[in-house]
Amino acid sequence: MYLRRRIIDRLSGTWMVISLVTILLLPLIIGVGLYIKAAPVFEQHTLTELITSSNWAPTKGKFGFWPFIAGSLYVTVLAFIFSAPVCLLAAIHLTQYASKKLVRIIHPVIDILAGLPSVIYGVWGILIIVPFISGYLAPLFGQNTTGYSILAGGIVLAIMCIPYMLNMLMEVFKTVPMGTREASLSLGATYWESIKHVVIRHSRPGIVSAFGLSLAKAFGETIAVMMVVGNRVLSSLNPFDPGYPLPALIANNYGEMLSIPMYDAALMFAALLLLVIILVINLFFRYLIHKTQKA
Amino acid sequence: MKRKNIEEGIFKILSAVASYSIIAILAFILLIVFVKGFGALNLDMITKTPKGGFYYGGEGGVLNAIVGSIYIGLGSTVIAIIIGAPAALYINVHLIRFKKAQNVVRYFLDALWGIPPIVYGAFGFTLMLYLGMNASLIAGIITVSLLILPIMVRSFDEVLCTIPKGLHEASLALGSTKTEMAYKVMFKQGFSGFITAVLLSFARGIGDAAAVMFTAGYTDLIPVTFDEPAATLPLAVFFQLSSPIPEVRERAYASAAILTIMILVISLVARFVSHRYSKSNIN
Amino acid sequence: MSFSNIDTMTEVSVEQREINDVSSTILQIKDLNVYVEDHHILKNINLEIPKNRVTVLLGPSGCGKTTLLKCMNKLTDLYRELEVSGSILIDGDDILNTSKNVPSIRQKMGLLSQRPYPLPVSIYKNVAYGIKLKGIRDKKLIQYSVQKNLEEVGLWDEVKDRLNSPATSLSIGQQQRLCLARGLAVKPRIILADEPTSALDPISSKTIEELFRRLKKHYTIILVTHVLRQAIRLADNVVFMSDGAIIEQGSPDELFNNPQTDKLKEYLVEGN
Repeated sequence: MYLRRRIIDRLSGTWMVISLVTILLLPLIIGVGLYIKAAPVFEQHTLTELITSSNWAPTKGKFGFWPFIAGSLYVTVLAFIFSAPVCLLAAIHLTQYASKKLVRIIHPVIDILAGLPSVIYGVWGILIIVPFISGYLAPLFGQNTTGYSILAGGIVLAIMCIPYMLNMLMEVFKTVPMGTREASLSLGATYWESIKHVVIRHSRPGIVSAFGLSLAKAFGETIAVMMVVGNRVLSSLNPFDPGYPLPALIANNYGEMLSIPMYDAALMFAALLLLVIILVINLFFRYLIHKTQKA
Repeated sequence: MKRKNIEEGIFKILSAVASYSIIAILAFILLIVFVKGFGALNLDMITKTPKGGFYYGGEGGVLNAIVGSIYIGLGSTVIAIIIGAPAALYINVHLIRFKKAQNVVRYFLDALWGIPPIVYGAFGFTLMLYLGMNASLIAGIITVSLLILPIMVRSFDEVLCTIPKGLHEASLALGSTKTEMAYKVMFKQGFSGFITAVLLSFARGIGDAAAVMFTAGYTDLIPVTFDEPAATLPLAVFFQLSSPIPEVRERAYASAAILTIMILVISLVARFVSHRYSKSNIN
Repeated sequence: MSFSNIDTMTEVSVEQREINDVSSTILQIKDLNVYVEDHHILKNINLEIPKNRVTVLLGPSGCGKTTLLKCMNKLTDLYRELEVSGSILIDGDDILNTSKNVPSIRQKMGLLSQRPYPLPVSIYKNVAYGIKLKGIRDKKLIQYSVQKNLEEVGLWDEVKDRLNSPATSLSIGQQQRLCLARGLAVKPRIILADEPTSALDPISSKTIEELFRRLKKHYTIILVTHVLRQAIRLADNVVFMSDGAIIEQGSPDELFNNPQTDKLKEYLVEGN
């Protein structure tokens, strides 16, 4: 009886270790897998060439990813500009001013927003944001556009970032010790002065991390952006023009990538690039969070 | 003094507007999806597979995609449970005395959470080619299970790590092995967290499009075996929406409404379950 | 020097305080009740705090001492679950229900917590924080005041070479003195101290106690403690609380040598 229990214990313990190690090695396995598939493209192009060249002609074997990287950066930065102030203010309100009732409501709201599938945001973007841009916003600036644009991608992405960023910011603000806030008030600060000088200051590394992680999240978002961004290679910096972010490129061309030589390798390189960029950003800012949490 | 108060007033209003606007945004999204979707929703949509000429506005529904999504969601959740639950238990039972190792593991898991679905999709695709498989239900299930694994482990772990340490010691002192303690004590105590993790993973599995796009394929039939391709609801929305025919686009909205309802129901159940269990537990 | 001018100004105000009638009441609490949901945390508190005396709030932990102290500075605002009713009068203003500027009333009191909570800024800015909030912009005046208050708590010599390093780089004992200096810098008339030595080592505790003994000439001190000996050493006036209510109050001599209630008798036995 005892022996049987020991054996079960051993087996289960081994399985636990295998599981955990597999999960932890996942990024490495994915990276290696993608690298093997992408290797042919490295034989003909250098890494810098792939990243910085704008020459994109897959049928001629030209793979310059810069326009797509730039497209990704553009929608990501726009999304950040739209979502960061809203999230920062909302997080301040929800952790410092709001009634308990509102806080109780906001948690499921955040959960649902975070849980809505990407494609739903895309549908909503097509129904609301795209016509809004082509019908109202663009004419206001004297622009003519279909609405499928970098701006539409940025707005939809911003909304997708909100639950993620807001949740992290709220967690960050909650770590400010009550005693510090009491001290600030007792020295004669108003609520807002306390927030400005003490709460935000105390949370600075956390705020930076929340922003960084949200940027990484936005950078990798695929379907929703792809549905509204127009998917045409970025030609200008005009936000009313369409763009073509990296994830959209991969998702749009997987069907034909096996029919053009090297195309599959190039697209797997794009996926590898996404993985590396996002993983590095994540590791960096998560480290920042872990470090400040300990202090 | 006056300027102070004005500044405070402005920011108080701005921040309140910001937080209410987030509720408004959710309401707006749901409203649009439902209003647009219910217009085209009928019983056929959820009870029939696409019939001839469906993609030109002909008869049929998206039952193939609904069932396909549920299959992929269920299959990937099962795999994620088999690998993820023991991993989460290991962190909280075997590593309990190694605070540093726990931190490192959690750090990597958090970072894993950030990897976008499209990367999993691309990897699943290479894996599929490598194994000589075609786009199929099983390929989709495996890819999605990789995607939801970090979610499963980390959200289960979140609850497990709140279980008081005294419980471990008591259980070990009574002579149980670590495995017995993990599954009989910890698992039971963290059951609400486990259910939440499962439902969260399941919802993610149903809703994801980028990972299954490469690996599960798309078909009008309901898959019977694992090596047949499977349609998925998010892709049904996506494909129908790119059609120039208005009737088909209408159906995309209806499909979006179905998908949204499924996700909402799962998330409501998750909330309900986690509340219920956390009340009946010690913690 | 223009400083001498300021110097005499502060001296004058200190002297004025000494001249003031020491037996008068500075803070008056009337019918104070605090609830958290169904729990009655403070029960009908009526209390008068004498000016320029050390009033010690004594009692077992969880009896509501800390909450009472926080009410005096209206810090209960931060805890939304608390329902506060009643009035706390200082200079004729009811801090709990005033139309006047609450921050400026709060500045009449300086707070010292159980643990030092330095603001997440430099040593210098910690002390300058409250001065700046008073609307004082003159750099020299702020500098002077920072130095004076750091000297007052005996910290100046220890930190004068690193005023710009973060306050968290100080030891806990130093941080607590910094918090005291920061509170004194807004020129309060009352010091609210919530077990200020509980997190400190014996030497730092002693320093703080000595400071209190010195400060009580010029300030009204309200000290929350559960250390009986500390109460005996410092108190002019003792308020014994239990279970959210005031049980007994009076001079230390009366209370400690001739307790009237069973609760206090019990506490004195256990506390010793």
